Amino acid sequence: MLSFALCAFFLVKSFMFLQQLINGLTLGSVYALIALGYTMVYGILELINFAHGEIYMLGAYLGIIFLAFFTAIGLTSYSLSLALILTFVLSILFCSSYGFTIEKIAYKPLRNAPRLSPLISAIGVSIFLQNYVMLTQGATDKVFPNLFGAAGFEFISVRMTYLQLFIILTSIIVMIALRFFIRKTRMGKAMRAVAQDKTMASLVGINIDTVISITFIIGSGLAAVAGLMVAMYYGLVNYFIGYIAGIKAFTAAVLGGIGSIRGAMFGGIILGLVESLGASYISSEYKDAYAFVVLIIILLVKPGGLFGKAELEKV
Amino acid sequence: MVRQNWRRFKTVTGYRTKNKEQSPPTQPSPLRGEGKGGGGSLWVSARPLLIPLWLSLLFLPFKGLNAALIFFVVSSVSIVLLRYLLRYKKLLMQGLETLSKKTRYSLFVTNYSLPIVRYGLLLFLVILPFLVRDYFLDVAVLAGIYIILALGLNVVVGFAGLLNLGFVAFYAIGAYTYALLNTKCGIDFWPALPFSIGLTTVSGFLLAIPALRLRGDYLAIVTLGFGEIVRLILNNWDSVTRGPNGISGISPPVILSISLGKLSYYYYLVLIFVLLTVFITKRVYSSRIGRAWIAIREDEIASSVMGINITMYKLYAFAFGAFWAGLAGAIFAGKMQFVSPESFTFMESVLIVCMVILGGLGSIRGVILGAVILVLLPEILREIQMYRMLSLGAGLVLLMIFRPQGLLGGKGVSLRC
Repeated sequence: MLSFALCAFFLVKSFMFLQQLINGLTLGSVYALIALGYTMVYGILELINFAHGEIYMLGAYLGIIFLAFFTAIGLTSYSLSLALILTFVLSILFCSSYGFTIEKIAYKPLRNAPRLSPLISAIGVSIFLQNYVMLTQGATDKVFPNLFGAAGFEFISVRMTYLQLFIILTSIIVMIALRFFIRKTRMGKAMRAVAQDKTMASLVGINIDTVISITFIIGSGLAAVAGLMVAMYYGLVNYFIGYIAGIKAFTAAVLGGIGSIRGAMFGGIILGLVESLGASYISSEYKDAYAFVVLIIILLVKPGGLFGKAELEKV
Repeated sequence: MVRQNWRRFKTVTGYRTKNKEQSPPTQPSPLRGEGKGGGGSLWVSARPLLIPLWLSLLFLPFKGLNAALIFFVVSSVSIVLLRYLLRYKKLLMQGLETLSKKTRYSLFVTNYSLPIVRYGLLLFLVILPFLVRDYFLDVAVLAGIYIILALGLNVVVGFAGLLNLGFVAFYAIGAYTYALLNTKCGIDFWPALPFSIGLTTVSGFLLAIPALRLRGDYLAIVTLGFGEIVRLILNNWDSVTRGPNGISGISPPVILSISLGKLSYYYYLVLIFVLLTVFITKRVYSSRIGRAWIAIREDEIASSVMGINITMYKLYAFAFGAFWAGLAGAIFAGKMQFVSPESFTFMESVLIVCMVILGGLGSIRGVILGAVILVLLPEILREIQMYRMLSLGAGLVLLMIFRPQGLLGGKGVSLRC
């Protein structure tokens, strides 16, 4: 009887663990998407793009704005999926434009400046964007309409909503596409070349400016996807979500080995798992601190990250 | 097309990348530009408007069509005006140059060595409480606290060249130490002050020991993480810090059984501490340690070859900077008689970094000026207070692009790592 009770106890425990695993995976794939932007920019410019988290926040806001617009003109009731696809496309386009413009205005003039100047400039951009959104959209929480409900499927008392499945699948597809882009296409090849050596790349006829612009455009697009999905997942968006998400994604990028695409993917997922397991097993109050602790430990113990220098696959 | 707008923007506004000659790949070939752009006179005259058009397009979803149109008109007009002004660019720049030279010369270099100006200024600061309203005195006390903080950060960022984005954590530790000692143990300001400063300095040491192995930008992020962790602990450790409610009922300092709770008394206390800070940081700056810091900032490898123990001196810089933050924290807690985690956010760290960078890295006068400007500006321009952080962000970017050495920064003082 006792052993049965113990068994049941551990079974329940392991279900809870699995549940947290799924939550963590969802969160982690979002972090991974943002981390990719960090790692790509760092790989090419060696710049911690502090404003990247704000792009993610812009993506979430743009999603809400465009969806509200489509609802207002009646497209959502006509065809929800069309409205959603258009929302995604428009948010990605706008975020990419923002990323592009930010690079041109705030980073390009500082390309040959000492290392900390672009970092401070990036912090400036981050503060600017946060307050820009606060002033234009208001300081209160914005609500993303609950489109999917809590619908999902249950597998031996472990629950996964369709939205979670959607987030994980979308992230995987986007990451595979990115990997293909970087490994197989001409532009991807140019990116890898620029990441290895800017001067040499320019000598063989690669336009560095174009490559950097493309990097920012792609990274911002990924952040927009992440922002939109988080807005759908949590349903609430605020103007300061970008800062903390940005730091977490940066942690994920460092965790995997900054500059490495694969590292960013795994780093994001590991961080998501650490956070959701830590929140359920240790303390949920310090949820945001785990990322910092992980970051500090990684930087002190293994600054190269998990996928360290040995198989560094820079963008 | 956007590429060309950008090039156009540069020619229109005279906005230029530094060291253009050093980076041939970033300079597009002029032939291609002409081939694409020369499409009739209408096109040429409309081209300067493309940047406002692009920016207002980006602005469009956030505030609607009307605001975007207004934004477009305003920015186009300002760009056209700017272009018109730039015809007289040379004249304008000359005027500005002489003006800034003169003001800098007269305000901040020579006259300070004259005793009459120096003592005159001191006298002005001493009699200030008799001249102004309490409200202004309150701002002056706040400015004094920020000056101490900024001078402390200046030691780390300006002297030793280590970007610390979590400086506010030390400030918080100083403030909370005094607050806890006072409210829980009933210890007075003066006996508590050494504990406050000591604990902060030790925590500076403890953070620096692991963090200093990291390169510049990583160091910045780790210090940022440290700042956030401290804030989260203050926010969540309810049994000790009372969480977001903060600690109230902190008693102000007492001298000879006179409570310094009165604003003008407190003003003098802060004034004395500010003068002390200025004096000591100045002396340390020109001492052997200060010279070692500057050497490290300018070239780490070269200075290690010269026999400077880099890790040791970086440790000193961190701890010495934290020392002042602890002092400022205790003063802040005594002034407000209340502390809560809200006062110690990342934005506060950024604000202090801004003060140091705006005034001029490594320049004590500059840092004081930066702190005073950033405290006074929002007080004077009440109506723009909403836009304070917005303009702070934009200001940081512009400062980095156009004047990385800050308002009063000297030659060769810049961010390096």
